[in-house]
Amino acid sequence: MKFLVCITQVPDTTTKITFTPDKKAFNAAGVQFIINPYDEIALTRALELKEALGGTVTVINVGSASTEANIRKALAIGADDAIRINAEANDAYYVAFQISEVAKKNGYDVIMTGKESIDFNGGQVPTMLGELMGLPSVSVATKLDINGTTATLEREIDGGKEVVESKLPFVAGAQKGMAEPRIPNMRGIMTARTKPLTVVEPVACDMLSGSAIFDLPAAKGDCKMINPNNVAELVNLLHTEAKAI
Amino acid sequence: MSVLIFAENWDGKFKKSTYEAISYATELARQTKESVTAVVIGNVSDEDMKSLGKYGAQKVLSVKNDKLNTLSPSAYASAITQAVQKENAKIVVISYTYSGKSVAGRVAVKLKAGLIAGATALPSSTSPFTIRKKCFSGKGLTDVVVSSDVKIVGLTPNSYKVNTEDGSAAVESFSPTFNDTDFASTSKETKKTSGKIALTEAEIVVSAGRGLKGPENWGMVEQLAELLGAATACSKPVADVGWRPHHEHVGQTGITIGPNLYFAIGISGAIQHLAGVSSSKVIVAINNDKEAPFFKAATYGICGDAFEVVPKLIEEVKKFKSAH
Repeated sequence: MKFLVCITQVPDTTTKITFTPDKKAFNAAGVQFIINPYDEIALTRALELKEALGGTVTVINVGSASTEANIRKALAIGADDAIRINAEANDAYYVAFQISEVAKKNGYDVIMTGKESIDFNGGQVPTMLGELMGLPSVSVATKLDINGTTATLEREIDGGKEVVESKLPFVAGAQKGMAEPRIPNMRGIMTARTKPLTVVEPVACDMLSGSAIFDLPAAKGDCKMINPNNVAELVNLLHTEAKAI
Repeated sequence: MSVLIFAENWDGKFKKSTYEAISYATELARQTKESVTAVVIGNVSDEDMKSLGKYGAQKVLSVKNDKLNTLSPSAYASAITQAVQKENAKIVVISYTYSGKSVAGRVAVKLKAGLIAGATALPSSTSPFTIRKKCFSGKGLTDVVVSSDVKIVGLTPNSYKVNTEDGSAAVESFSPTFNDTDFASTSKETKKTSGKIALTEAEIVVSAGRGLKGPENWGMVEQLAELLGAATACSKPVADVGWRPHHEHVGQTGITIGPNLYFAIGISGAIQHLAGVSSSKVIVAINNDKEAPFFKAATYGICGDAFEVVPKLIEEVKKFKSAH
């Protein structure tokens, strides 16, 4: 069974986000980049399924050469090989389009992504990939099992969960609960250096959207402290001042 | 021309997020002098469909098909796309719920339309079409510019106010065509978190963290939530150790929410947690550590022992509820 896992790199979750003075870009100076946490969950589940069912796990990334350290980390975690599409990720459509062009040629049985990247939080790559490839997609899946040519997934819905059955091939976006991310071991790190990492050039793609200006959220005013022996005051303020209850 | 809105329903009933999306579409249509058409997929009563007029929809396209009573992202996207073409709509509004997320990207690809994935406000400009959304899990904001002919707005639930007016929508039956591949995945079973309010839609959220010391102490959190008609949530460490289910985890790697009122009980307020709740309109932090970072992000703070403060709060809310 051939698995394709789409990964992207994002600022470490503890990063204090800042933007360049002209507000046109993210200020990456001094920022540590990691594999998007949800992509790591997708990768781990793909590896677990490969161990159970046999096959290969390929990771794919749309990014500049600066992402290669994180691609090597994915190889160290256990992926067999990697593909980097040499382009800056413009928007979800651009990323999904580039990946679909490569994926169409290679005939994967299962394509996985994170449910969203923690930088732009759009959550559209799994859905768009599904549409571009004419495959079913489950965009926020908390469980994934494969039995023969059928997959059973659990997807999040508003106020509950839904069990979905899908034919292979399909696209799934991984949400927490699907797997516990793995930490690479020494052997993995050593072998990752020699695993194949193929670089391909992007194909022409329409630009449908882009980010123009970045801003930081407005700072909150001072916190009003209330005496713990006067909880009634809090209820009163929530009603009269904040009008929240 | 019209602004098209996908009016999502859940078991035949519309949700608050649907009314928000129609209200949003109505304001957009007012600016561009167009009308609002809603697409309803599944089994909804005529009465309920007509009532969408109260939120500003002039027309409802009703798609009924036995296979469409549960979400099939591909088939739903086919139906919405054909409705867009029929109405010659240039703007499509989809509430960015789990279902909305599952179809919006597909509609975008079919129409080669730029998508604002998680809009939080009306466009700041219609030419170029520019809408603000959150990025970096709420730590930043960005203006997304869409240059395509058709534009899709994925509207974040709880970010736009429901407006009502007098009106009734004209319901029209609509029969789009489907392909076999539209049904390659099927819903087998739904498991509802019974009787609870969906976290992403809740007006009030009561959330607690490690400060509560153990899962057995969540009774007071649930009691407070029930009194306030609120959803319950938790911090990441609590979900990680299994005190609470993962779907309650709010924060950068959990769910991002923006309720009217957020209670943080025994949560220190790490940057990853704040990212997920920073768009809450009012935040109340209850913590026994006066240095807790949450006090810098909160509107109101109580520095005290949660096991004393929360029961008192429950009593006060009870008094308030019986007086109002």
